[in-house]
Amino acid sequence: MTNNRLDQIQIRDRIYRYASAVLVVLVAIAFAFPLYWIITGSFKTGADINAAAPVWFPSEFTQINYEKLLSRRSAPLFDFTIPALKITAFGYTVKLGTVLKITGPTVPGAIRWLVNTVFMSVASMLITCITAAMAGYVLAKKRFWGRTVLFSLIVCAMALPKQVILIPLLREMNSLHLYDTIWAVIFPIVGWPFGVFLLKQFSEGIPTEMVEACRIDGASEWRTFTDVMFPMIKPGVGALAIFTFINSWNDYFMQLIMLTSNKNLTISLGIATMQGESSTDYGLLMAGAALASIPIIIVFLIFQKYFTKGITMGAVKG
Amino acid sequence: MANKVITLNTKNRRLMIHETVTSYLFLAPFLLFFVMFVLYPMFMCVYTSFFDATMGREDVFIGFANYKTLFNDPVFWTALKNTMVIVIVSVPITCIFSLWVATVISKMPVVATSAFRCIFYLPVVTGSVAVTVVWKWMFNNYYGIFNYLGQNMGLIDKNINWLGDEKYALGCIILILLTTSVGQPIVLYVSALDNVDKSLVEAAEVDGATEMQAFWKIKWPQMMPTTLYILVITTINSFQCFALIQLLTSGGPNNSTMTIMYYIYYNAFKLYKYGYGNAMGVILAIIIAILSAVQFKAGQEK
Repeated sequence: MTNNRLDQIQIRDRIYRYASAVLVVLVAIAFAFPLYWIITGSFKTGADINAAAPVWFPSEFTQINYEKLLSRRSAPLFDFTIPALKITAFGYTVKLGTVLKITGPTVPGAIRWLVNTVFMSVASMLITCITAAMAGYVLAKKRFWGRTVLFSLIVCAMALPKQVILIPLLREMNSLHLYDTIWAVIFPIVGWPFGVFLLKQFSEGIPTEMVEACRIDGASEWRTFTDVMFPMIKPGVGALAIFTFINSWNDYFMQLIMLTSNKNLTISLGIATMQGESSTDYGLLMAGAALASIPIIIVFLIFQKYFTKGITMGAVKG
Repeated sequence: MANKVITLNTKNRRLMIHETVTSYLFLAPFLLFFVMFVLYPMFMCVYTSFFDATMGREDVFIGFANYKTLFNDPVFWTALKNTMVIVIVSVPITCIFSLWVATVISKMPVVATSAFRCIFYLPVVTGSVAVTVVWKWMFNNYYGIFNYLGQNMGLIDKNINWLGDEKYALGCIILILLTTSVGQPIVLYVSALDNVDKSLVEAAEVDGATEMQAFWKIKWPQMMPTTLYILVITTINSFQCFALIQLLTSGGPNNSTMTIMYYIYYNAFKLYKYGYGNAMGVILAIIIAILSAVQFKAGQEK
C-alpha cells in the first residue's frame, strides 16, 4: 500500500520533471528567437521583410542591408588630437608643444562607431580593473582610518540608481570640456564602485599570511601587491574585466546623453539614431542590430565562465 | 612600565599612520574617479534640486519649489503609477520564473545547464538597442509577427497597433523588460542551488520526502539570501527601465508608458529643466532606498 503510494509520487515527480523540461526548451526557443530574427532579418530582401506572413527563413540571402548600412554617414576611421599646452601665470604665457592632429581615412559611419565602442569598452575595462584591484586589495587587507566610512559610502552608492546622477554628470562633463568625447562615458564607468566591491570580496578570500610573509621578506608595498596579491586575485579580475566590457558596451543611457556628433557615436547609439531616421526599414535596422550585438555575443560566449562567476561573486554580500 | 606602554602606543600610532598613507595611495586612482564622477554628481543632484537650473544661465535658488511643482504635476503621478505597475508586475514574475527555470535546468547535465543559462542570458548581452529594434519589428502593425500569430491562432480578429495603443503599450514594454531581466537571476539561482547542503537533501530523500518537500523545506530557506539579492536588483532594474521606452514609445501614447526615468530624461534633456529633473531623481532615489530597506528587513526577519 505505502509502496504503491510511493511509486505514484515518484511517477508524478518524473512526469513533472519531463513536462517542465519540455516547457523550458520551448521558453528557451522563444528567448533565442529575437536574436534569430535579427540575424536572418539582416539578410532578407525587402519583399521578405514586408511580407504579411512572416518569412521564417530568408527565401534568398542578400547583402543589400549591410551595403545600405555601410553607405551611410561616413566618418574618419579615427582622429587623434594633442592640444598645444598653454600655461599662463603671472602675466607670462608659456606655450609647449604644437597641435598634432591625425585623421584617419574616411570610412562608413558604422565602422567608426564600432571602433569607438571597442575603444570605450577596452579602456573602461582596463582602467576599472587596475583601480579596482588596488582599491579592493587595501579595503580587504589593511586597517586604516576612514575605512569603514569609505566602505559604507561604496555600498550606498551601489544601491542608488545610476541614472539619477546623469544630469549633474552632464553639466560636470560640460565644464570639464569632456562632453561629446568618449571619455565622458568611460570615466563614470570607472568610478562606479561595483568593481571595488567585487575585488574586495575576492581579496578577502586570500590568506593574510601570504601578504604578511611577503612584507617580512622586505618587499615594498607595491611589490607585495603586484607580485603576490595580483596573481592570486587574477580570476576575480578576469571576471570583473569581462563584466565591465559587456556592460559598458551596452550602457546605452550614458552614451545617449554624453555623445552627440556623428564621429563620436557608439554602435548602439548609431543604430538608435538610424532608427529615428528610417524607422520602418527593418532590413537596415536588423543589419545594424546584428553589427552591434554579434561581436559582444561572441565575446560573451568565449568568456562565459568568467562572466557567470562575476555575477555570482557580486551577490555574496559582505 | 608606563614608558613602555607609551612607546608601544606611539609605535602603533606610527604604524597606523603608515598604513593609512599607503592605503590611500593605493586607493587614490579609484577615489579620483569615484569622488569626481559618482559622489560629487550625487551631491549635486540633491543640491541642484533646490534651484531653477537650466542651460546657459546661473542657477537661481528657489527652495522647495521644484518639489511643490512636482507633487502638483499630473504627468509625474502618471509616471509614478506606471513605474509602480512595471515594478509590481515584473519583479514577482522575474523572481518566480527564474527560480522555476533554475530548478529545472540545474537537474540537467552540466552542458545543458550552461547552454540554457547562456540562452536566457542572451537578451541581456544583445544590448538594449538591438533588442528594442527587433521587438519593434515584431510588434509592428502590418508585418509584425505578433499580429500574424495572433490572427492565425484566432486570438485577435484584426491587426493591433501594439505599441500605439494605450491599452497594450505598457504590457508590451513589461514583456520585453521581462525577457531582458531574467538572465542574471537565473545564473544566481543556479549557483545557489549548487551550493545547497547536499547531505541535508539526501537525508530528507532517504526519509521519504518528495522532491517538492525537499525543495521547499530544505533548499528554499538556504537560498533566502540569494532571493533577497535578486529582489533588490530586479526592483532597481525595473525602476531604471529606460531604453525600451525611449526607443519604442517615448512615453506615449497619451503618457501610458511614461515612467519616472523617462520623465526625468524628458525634462532634463528635452526641456532643459535640470533642477526639476534632479528633484525627481531625488524622489526616485528615496523610493528605491525605502523599498530596498523594506525588502532587506523582510528578508532578515525570515
